[in-house]
Amino acid sequence: MDLGDLSTVLVVGATTAYAIGFVAFAIDLAHLADRVGRPAARRVHDASVAAASVVGGARAAGGARAAGGDILVEAPADVVPRRKAVGIAMATTTLGLAFHGVGLLLRGLAAGRVPWANMYEFTAVGTFVAVATFLVLTRWRDVRFLGTIVVGLVVVALGLALTVFYVAAEGVQPALQSYWLVIHVFIATTATGLLTVSFAASALQLLKDSREQGMARSARPDADADAARPSRLAGPRWRALDALPAPRELEALSFRITAVGFVLWTFTVMAGAIWAEHAWGRYWGWDPKEVWSFVVWVVYAAYLHARTTAGWSGRRAAWFVLVGYATVIANFTLVNLFFSGLHAYSGL
Amino acid sequence: MPQDRVDEMALEEATTPTLPQLGAVGALRWVWRQLTSMRVALMLLMLLAVVAVPGSVLPQRPQDPADVATYLADNPGLGVWLDRLGLFDVYASVWFSAVYLLLFVSLIGCIVPRIALHGRALRARPPRAPRRFDRFGVRDQAVVEAPATEVVAVATRALAGPLRALPRFRVDTGLEDSGALTLSAERGYLRESGNIVFHLALVGLLVAIATGQMLHYRGQAIVVEGRGFANAVTDYDTFVGGTAFAPGSLVPFTVGLDRFTAEFTAEARPVDFAAEVTVREPGGQARPAVIRVNHPLSVGGVKVYLQGNGYAPDVVVRDAAGEVAFAGAVPFLPQDAVYTSRGVIKVPDVSTGDQIGIVGFLLPTAVVTPAGAASVHPQPDAPLLVLTVWRGDLGLDTGVPQNVYELDVTGMEQVVGADGTPTTIVVEPGQTVDLPGGLGTLTWQGTPRFVALDLRHDPALGAILGFALAVLAGLTVSLFTPRRRIWLRLTENDGRTVVDSAALARGDDLGLAGELERVMDAIRARPGEDRSGDGPR
Ligand code: HEM
Repeated sequence: MDLGDLSTVLVVGATTAYAIGFVAFAIDLAHLADRVGRPAARRVHDASVAAASVVGGARAAGGARAAGGDILVEAPADVVPRRKAVGIAMATTTLGLAFHGVGLLLRGLAAGRVPWANMYEFTAVGTFVAVATFLVLTRWRDVRFLGTIVVGLVVVALGLALTVFYVAAEGVQPALQSYWLVIHVFIATTATGLLTVSFAASALQLLKDSREQGMARSARPDADADAARPSRLAGPRWRALDALPAPRELEALSFRITAVGFVLWTFTVMAGAIWAEHAWGRYWGWDPKEVWSFVVWVVYAAYLHARTTAGWSGRRAAWFVLVGYATVIANFTLVNLFFSGLHAYSGL
Repeated sequence: MPQDRVDEMALEEATTPTLPQLGAVGALRWVWRQLTSMRVALMLLMLLAVVAVPGSVLPQRPQDPADVATYLADNPGLGVWLDRLGLFDVYASVWFSAVYLLLFVSLIGCIVPRIALHGRALRARPPRAPRRFDRFGVRDQAVVEAPATEVVAVATRALAGPLRALPRFRVDTGLEDSGALTLSAERGYLRESGNIVFHLALVGLLVAIATGQMLHYRGQAIVVEGRGFANAVTDYDTFVGGTAFAPGSLVPFTVGLDRFTAEFTAEARPVDFAAEVTVREPGGQARPAVIRVNHPLSVGGVKVYLQGNGYAPDVVVRDAAGEVAFAGAVPFLPQDAVYTSRGVIKVPDVSTGDQIGIVGFLLPTAVVTPAGAASVHPQPDAPLLVLTVWRGDLGLDTGVPQNVYELDVTGMEQVVGADGTPTTIVVEPGQTVDLPGGLGTLTWQGTPRFVALDLRHDPALGAILGFALAVLAGLTVSLFTPRRRIWLRLTENDGRTVVDSAALARGDDLGLAGELERVMDAIRARPGEDRSGDGPR
């Protein structure tokens, strides 16, 4: 077994660990939802504080966390049962990340170059960044609820990478041998990892928001008109959403990550243009990959606009993040696999 | 809904949709206001994303004229309509241009007034302290054993930070009727500066790109080892210039190809290409240089890219009379990864008889089997020329320019054997073989390589890079500069000073509480301080 094979084994191991982590995150979310319903956590209504509180903004108030116009005051640790599942989830995910990192390192050593030069490798690096971003965020804020979506997406992506995109470790064609490859592709992949996390936050924001609106509707005395179409999200099956922060906080979280992702994407497009200038003698040629990178950029620019446009912030802006992420994924899959162009390096 | 956070900017937005006033001027003003509104800018941005997509789905004429022709042949009915709508040249189409031009008009109309506003804001004082602090989420109180004026000095220092030229907060003090001292501080003006730089740089980028398009030129040239190329329109195989291109902008340098080396793996995967050249600029010394795939050569304002390579067999053709009718290296164009290369040798200058056209393949590493010959590797390890011969009139005198890589066989006839099949001749390097039909002989003298060079001059590249960097810098500053206000109200009581404070951020701001805490800590860190303050909430 050579280094390349060992690397693959490690990535398979990482995928397995993430899969376990995903299940544990899902269980944790279900338990959390149960706990929200029980009196172990006391809910205090304080609209004036909540209105001004932001993600992390309440850090000075010991243990208090803003949640949907309510302040969720967590009882001391000996009263609240420990979140066992999330401990397991975090541990396996961290272990998976370690495997993943070593796997990437070995892949680079086996190929004698940076390990991001074909679709298998892009996916491997992008998912690594997504998980790493998520784990770093958890140190700064309790965003472990994002684990289900982020780690779930990562498992799917790595599964695809290992089965469909896989190619053995090899050197690349001369057109890719450039430090611009290292910079451009690495930043692009990192941005994709970040945008995956912000996608998760915005998706949860929309779900949570729908649930809150649905519940508010059915709680209204004059609810008969709406009661004909009760929102499914308001039902008990989506109770897990109650454990999440308020939509407004999710939106703020998503915005922060998207902002970083957008700056990195801007850089990606520019570095790509410089690379194209070096390699192909033109900085921009509307190659399918360039078209879609442009589309991704414009959609996220539109998102940043939407946030500051009256009537477009909140829910509507969150849809832009979803659309933006769809274009990121299309750029990565459809364009690499089905459209011909100079960027033909899927390795397939 | 808490999400309906409305920014100052957006507030003025909310009042926009008024009915058009009577009269042309009023209507125009109404259109202009709509166009420069955030809502329309948002629509135009989304529209831009949508109209860009078809160009990645349908073949595009500037990139792939041959694919477009194939598509039109395959879809005769639909294709014509798509073509009429400009869908085979999306990025030069009227509708694509309309969207981005409108967007940029909107941008300018939106940003210019903001520059004026921002200029005024930069000179304005921070807003006065509000009467009541209890409506703010982040606030704090401290009681210190010091006169209010001293506290103001400390707080001002803490807020302004160490840089005098670029203070962290702009600070203003005030005196209320009650006798309380107030301190108003604001930071984050750079946010709007960054936003303006970003949008203006986008305009600059567009202008720079357009200028480059007008002034640029580019062309291709094929150069064989041992030969050279001079930068003159006539020396290019293909050449295009922008609408404002002037032939005088060609700097007459020369590039000579000394040697070309190619490296491949055993599986014929290319590893490295290097063209060793000698460059001579007008009035300058000859200097050696190497051109690689990702490392163009810069000379005379032109970048020279290595775009392709192949073999140019050096042949001598003698006619039936034994006279040399042709001698020279003929580039054969590679058709596949193992460099099976196709080429044409045209021999018009025969002393007697028909003109000769020789067509065929060069196989760099040939393996000959009963089924035929094929190349298995791109390196010239066992090269072979496999040729067929035509006789007749090459058609070179008709005045119509010909493709040097194609033989026009209208006036020609293929030389065939006794069985009626075309006669194939197989040549090894150094060999001289007889041409069939008694047309003469062909000698293969050597196999120099050739390179296909792409030369490009775009005087706007520097400006484009500059504006792109300004876009990136403006964006980063704008997105990551927090905008915060802090107010202090100081009331003196028995030689002690009660400091009430509040902080406000625009949008969601993680560091707001920390910022206030930092200032209040500086105030508290004084002799005789009172630590009973309960920290920012
Ligand atoms: C080429 C088209 C445009 C692009 C790509 C673009 C992109 C962006 C981006 C990425 C941002 C967020 C980053 C920042 O604040 O600097 C932004 C903010 C902004 N844009 Fe644009 N923009 C465009 C056109 C326009 C137009 C036409 C308007 C006016 C109608 C406009 C007004 C604004 C404003 C006011 C903000 C600041 C929002 C805030 O206060 O945070 N932009 N733009």
